[in-house]
Amino acid sequence: MTPRPSLRRRLAERGLDGVTLLVLPCVVFVLALFVYPALYGLFLSFTPKQGGPLANYIRFFSDPFLYDTIYTTLLISVPVTILNVLLSIPVALRVRLMRHQRLLTTILVIPITLGTVLVAEGLLNYLGPRGWLNRTLMTFGVLDEPLRLLHNYWGVVLSLLITGFPFTFLLTLSYVTGIDPSLEQAGAMLGARARARFMRILLPLLVPGLTITLALSFVQAFSVFPSAVLLGAPSGPTRVIAIAAYQAAFEAYDASLASAIAMIMAAVQVLIVVALLGLKGLAYRGPVSTGKG
Amino acid sequence: MRRDKRERLWAFTVWVTVGFFILNLIGLIATVVVNSLGSRWFTTWLPVGWTTRWYTLAWDEFQLPAILLVTVEVVGAVVILAALIGVPAAYAMARRNFPGKQAVMMLFLLPLLVPPFTYGIPLATVLYEAHLAGTIWGVILANLVPTVPFVVLIMIPFVEQIDPRIEAAARVFGAGLGRLFVQVLVPLLTPGILAALLLVLVRTIAMFELTFLTAGPDSQTLVVALYYAVFAAGVRPGQSIDAMAVVYMVTTLAWLLIALRFVNPTQIVTRAKR
Repeated sequence: MTPRPSLRRRLAERGLDGVTLLVLPCVVFVLALFVYPALYGLFLSFTPKQGGPLANYIRFFSDPFLYDTIYTTLLISVPVTILNVLLSIPVALRVRLMRHQRLLTTILVIPITLGTVLVAEGLLNYLGPRGWLNRTLMTFGVLDEPLRLLHNYWGVVLSLLITGFPFTFLLTLSYVTGIDPSLEQAGAMLGARARARFMRILLPLLVPGLTITLALSFVQAFSVFPSAVLLGAPSGPTRVIAIAAYQAAFEAYDASLASAIAMIMAAVQVLIVVALLGLKGLAYRGPVSTGKG
Repeated sequence: MRRDKRERLWAFTVWVTVGFFILNLIGLIATVVVNSLGSRWFTTWLPVGWTTRWYTLAWDEFQLPAILLVTVEVVGAVVILAALIGVPAAYAMARRNFPGKQAVMMLFLLPLLVPPFTYGIPLATVLYEAHLAGTIWGVILANLVPTVPFVVLIMIPFVEQIDPRIEAAARVFGAGLGRLFVQVLVPLLTPGILAALLLVLVRTIAMFELTFLTAGPDSQTLVVALYYAVFAAGVRPGQSIDAMAVVYMVTTLAWLLIALRFVNPTQIVTRAKR
């Protein structure tokens, strides 16, 4: 009978040794500053200042000033997300064939890098009644009066387009370039026109990637904050859920209610993402590249 | 050849859309720059005269030197700490298969997928109760939450590219884990580390939400100070707010240009290839 190997040896065989321990600081960090706050927030949301454990949630769903923020936020984020994804697909399919993609991707990464605050400040000048956009439209006789694009719904939507379109486009591009071009060539050789190639070959292969793009873009748009305050009407038509959470935390100093709103915000996001991923499950799942893979 | 024409028309439409988008993007950036340099600008295409006095005004009024110092401290600390925690973890994730690895991977993906504002509120609450929020350390800790997993995910493919026999050889010659890292891995991983840290740097300069939720009056970074300036517009001349916006823009874009020498633009969005 061979002697039983040492504990150290047995652990190493399962992949646990000194090197594996290097992952520990990182795990502890994420647990302490991401998982623990989330759980603590959940706990805190059930211990309101007054009333029973569900008082915060009852308050949220019985006060139109609070529960309307969900609707307001969806009204902004859903159309913007769909528009961004719909615009991204044809552009990504074109850019894929381009030889000098890098210049375009570099230009488009600029608004993402600059962030929503700077885009908001820029749009405040640019979209204003005397800004370049309205001035151009009026010079060419398209309009008689300047468009009112600031401090309302449209300001927020436009800012989410400026920062959101590059994000969805770059994600879509990375999925589009992952599709083996020979699949489309085979379709073309068999006589499929561009439209048929897109509907029958590219789109089914893209659906999983597009679902993830849609989910990520939606989640970003749903948590809009700075542009809703700076470019929108933060007390009315663009009072998004992030504003409600912020006001509860930093203006009313009610950490419990703020946590409850943050949890509701997360729940809506999770709900939509799960629904999207459920739809994705119905679509084709398989390799997007040919050959070994 | 009607179909051919239709395809060309379609391509043309796509390019016009892209062109229109870029034109508006350039327009909104240019208005900020032009406004910050103009003396008076009301009813004309361009300002009446040009001046640089808004920059000196912003420098004094917004306490730009102090804000820039805080920004440098926060970004520097985040970059160094993210590297120290993230790179060893990426090495372990790339080299070992251990029980629960999938769960750990999920744990690292979550802070990148959940938008900062959603977890920022509970995180700020915890940091306030620990008396860390409002200080520079609270801002640094909050900014590390998305950046540490980001470094891990970027670094894993870079580690996987290294031939494990090189490490084995170093081990045979008696190098411990510490020496292996300092003398073998870090030199081989330099391109990856540089790419990851430059991306962290750019992201941290532009990270509004987490800094905004955790910063006190003395721990604001440039982007948060800019938000407060725009928020309280009317208190100070718009041109000096724009001067501050230009300072922020130049800082961010300079680092973006440096970062783009080492990474692909799509990497800023898609994080790591899976």
